[in-house]
Amino acid sequence: MTEEQPAGMTRRTVLKAAGATLGAGAFAAAIAPLTQWKPAESVDEFLRRHYKELTPAELTEICRRVEADAKKTHGIDVHVAAPQPTPGVKFGYALNLSICVGCRRCAEACHRENNHDRATHNSYIRVFEMDNGTLDLAHGDATYDHPVPAKGKYYMPVQCHHCDNAPCTKVCPVEATWKEQDGIVVVDYNWCIGCRYCEAACPYHARRFNWKKPEVPASEINPDQGYLSNRVRPQGVMEKCTFCLHRTREGRLPACLEACPTGARVFGDLADPQSEIRWVLANKRVFILKEDLGTRPTFFYFFDK
Amino acid sequence: MSPGITVLMLAAAVVGVVGIAAVADDHQPVTTTVTERGQPHPVEIRRHPAPRVRTGAVDHACLPATIACSTCHAVRTPDPSNKVGSDLDQFHQGLQFQHGSNTCLSCHDPGSYDHLRRSDGQRLAFEDSIELCSQCHGPQRRDYDNGAHGGMNGYWDLQRGGRVRNTCIDCHDPHVPKYQGAIPMPHARDRFQQGASHD
Ligand code: SF4
Ligand code: SF4
Repeated sequence: MTEEQPAGMTRRTVLKAAGATLGAGAFAAAIAPLTQWKPAESVDEFLRRHYKELTPAELTEICRRVEADAKKTHGIDVHVAAPQPTPGVKFGYALNLSICVGCRRCAEACHRENNHDRATHNSYIRVFEMDNGTLDLAHGDATYDHPVPAKGKYYMPVQCHHCDNAPCTKVCPVEATWKEQDGIVVVDYNWCIGCRYCEAACPYHARRFNWKKPEVPASEINPDQGYLSNRVRPQGVMEKCTFCLHRTREGRLPACLEACPTGARVFGDLADPQSEIRWVLANKRVFILKEDLGTRPTFFYFFDK
Repeated sequence: MSPGITVLMLAAAVVGVVGIAAVADDHQPVTTTVTERGQPHPVEIRRHPAPRVRTGAVDHACLPATIACSTCHAVRTPDPSNKVGSDLDQFHQGLQFQHGSNTCLSCHDPGSYDHLRRSDGQRLAFEDSIELCSQCHGPQRRDYDNGAHGGMNGYWDLQRGGRVRNTCIDCHDPHVPKYQGAIPMPHARDRFQQGASHD
């Protein structure tokens, strides 16, 4: 993995180089979150090597450290794991627009599962209410509050599409976000410098930026945490849907699917010809969003008829 | 049908209900041990026992007293001219019914109101109502069998754990099956979702 990192590249040299090319103003704006960084976590954690360079033993030690941090700051026992991709498994997700009723149970489940900031009610899922017969997200409404489903409307939940050709990972100046073997696009919160290039590069508005530290009451923190997924994030870093990797890499279904009352959501292994998701791809009218951009999503939409 | 057989059947029904209740209430978290390939964990479909009908009275614990369907229907003669709830003038007052051109006896068994009846006359336990629905709703059943209809919990990887799946009547009232709608959960308040900027 070391060879993927340009030799001698640290976050510090990148920050310097970025300063030289961007101009002082842009650079100052880009690193503003970093200058406000407060040592909520240990200095060791801040200065450690890239996630992909860590040995399993170091990773375990780091997880224990995050657990100790949680104990110190919130007084609670959490379990932080770093489950790895299963060789040969490639995750995919499909959503049935014919039966989604727009109830936002999925977005709510994401909010709770992933320890999102309570004040902003953040979620990795946005559900757009769309006019029947249209497909332009720009005219979708993600703020509806009336009983659903409304007449003449359909509902399109949007979250990270875990693109095979992901523009977000390419623009990151420090390789803090990348696609893993099982297809999940992850962010290393401790490597991210908060420049928000990836957020701008994502055509699906799938990324969320922590303008402030997410606040979750200690009693509501989900203690079942993944190092690359739902551990409580620091301020000034990017985050996004991780297909609930702390669950799905253990074989469990993602939280949004379990919350969906209708069965609009189908999750599974694209590499397994017997999987439900493969059945959907083979038998339903399937499409991907903004296909012309060439992002090659592994998140699909389909209709029953 | 001889009274002996009826008693046996009722006993079977009661045992069935108790057995099902034990399954339904006993959802231990499944452990994530990898089984040998080829031995997937079970997929359990939720099963709902025959409904109990409220009498309007209360029992000794001040809870609404309920009775089995057969408590009344065993001593009444089925009247096939009653097709929908509004045809009834003594019982089941206010029963809403909007389910195509079906009538009561399309699904209920006039020979035993504690059971359902398939169109071929075969008796079905209420717990197996999905088989009744599937007679007409083939495409939904096909999608259900392929994991593409109906909510579920558990594991995508059945080698590592089982699943519990909703059955039809978890979402669709059999008398008024059209989905009745929901109040959505709150949306996020981020810059795309302030609630003010769209037309
Ligand atoms: S929970 Fe299911 S039905 Fe409700 S909005 Fe999400 S995908 Fe649609
Ligand atoms: S949807 Fe956006 S954030 Fe997710 S992989 Fe694609 S470009 Fe990246």
